[in-house]
Amino acid sequence: MTLKFVEDLKADVTADIVYMMCPMHLLKLEEMMKTIEPGQVLEILTDYDGALEDIPAWCEKTGNEFLGVKETEDFFKFYIKRKGR
Amino acid sequence: MQVRYFDHAGTTPLDPAVLEAMMPYLRESFGNPMSIYELGGRASAAVQEARADVAALINARPSGVIFTASGAESNNFALRGIALARQNEGKHIIVSKAEHHSVLNSARFLEKQGFIVTYLPIDGYGMVEPETLGKAITKETVLISIILASPEVGTIQPIRELAKMAKEKGIIFHTDAVAAAGQIPIDVKELGVDLLSLSAHQFYGPKGAAALYVREGLRIVPLIYGGIQEGGRRAGTENVPAIAGMGKAAAIARERLSHRIEYLRPLRDRLIEGVKKTDNVYLTGHPAERLPGHASFTVEFVEGEAMLLMMAAKGIYAASGSACSSKALKSSPVLLSMGIPSSVAQGSIVFSLGHENSTDDVEYAITEFSVIAKKLREISPYRGGWGGVEEAEKCIPKK
Repeated sequence: MTLKFVEDLKADVTADIVYMMCPMHLLKLEEMMKTIEPGQVLEILTDYDGALEDIPAWCEKTGNEFLGVKETEDFFKFYIKRKGR
Repeated sequence: MQVRYFDHAGTTPLDPAVLEAMMPYLRESFGNPMSIYELGGRASAAVQEARADVAALINARPSGVIFTASGAESNNFALRGIALARQNEGKHIIVSKAEHHSVLNSARFLEKQGFIVTYLPIDGYGMVEPETLGKAITKETVLISIILASPEVGTIQPIRELAKMAKEKGIIFHTDAVAAAGQIPIDVKELGVDLLSLSAHQFYGPKGAAALYVREGLRIVPLIYGGIQEGGRRAGTENVPAIAGMGKAAAIARERLSHRIEYLRPLRDRLIEGVKKTDNVYLTGHPAERLPGHASFTVEFVEGEAMLLMMAAKGIYAASGSACSSKALKSSPVLLSMGIPSSVAQGSIVFSLGHENSTDDVEYAITEFSVIAKKLREISPYRGGWGGVEEAEKCIPKK
């Protein structure tokens, strides 16, 4: 799994979990993916650097598309597209 | 001897219905809410139900309620969590001089971490004037914390007005509502606060359960790291029995709040009227904007602790200033900030009533107080006065 850095992407839904403890990034990811439509993009904001490994790995495991990550001064923005379209 | 309990600002007795609601989680429903089997599910459901009840008491969304172990933890969490989350935007914090030690000492800790803290002066009633707050706000201000009601002098602050000033400048506003929750109606939306602390044992719930309300979408750095309890914001296996108790106590408080207030106000007013009949006794705090069951005084020429001990010998349990200050035999910093001289602040006494107090309790306390104050003054080296009237005059609140 390669980590892909991108600029800000247009997301359909944003989940802000900055400062929330690990593994909230994975729990929130699963929860939010169920709420969006296939083809829609989820943006997750987190300061947890372990997500750099976990989120792409989760996408690979579940077949959802990892669009990339953007690093800001305080946190990361992850972009994930729901599979199925 | 019959005990007459007048220290509800210290703690309240546990409501029997609350104890009953807690019992299953101390016995058969002992599961960990994180466990996936039914026993865990039962505990998790109890925590979620309690969250909804606590949220309803303050008109918040359940997801905005984070359970903690004490009011002090909630206050520490609010101050440190917001200061750290916002430090890139500014490093100035404002707290009032009427705050509890858990806010003041958190502010002092943050000062050592490089934050600049303004300690807002209060007026003779213990109130923060909006004008004073306005002058203290700078471009660097990221957090303001002002207590909703004082457990020492009973004064209720104009939080709505103060929070509005913060909001206009994009500053986060926290209020310590530990002494107020369950005593007066609280609506976080109406108050316009971003964070609010409350504690179960102040409204007939158990010790060991408290909460911090955090407005939706507000980032806060955790105080306790570990697992993902409380949405990943406060780690540690939940104190399920106490949390269930807090939920029940919140539901009861919400249902009976207006009855309790209607019952307590005349009782408090009678106590104030009766106690003030003794010479050189002054009401502390605001005469009208005060907690419904709260009556606090300074008694000149006597020492608060001696008064408390003699009252306790008569079965009257009251307090002198805050629980912490009483233990340390220190003059209350809140009273001193109100401009009351140290010598007078030593003679502080606080009666905080609860709905189980009767008219008979109040009449008994008035009679005994008068006898005890007289007796102590007879043996006081200051019985002839402080040597002038200036000191005495200073303890009359000035607006």
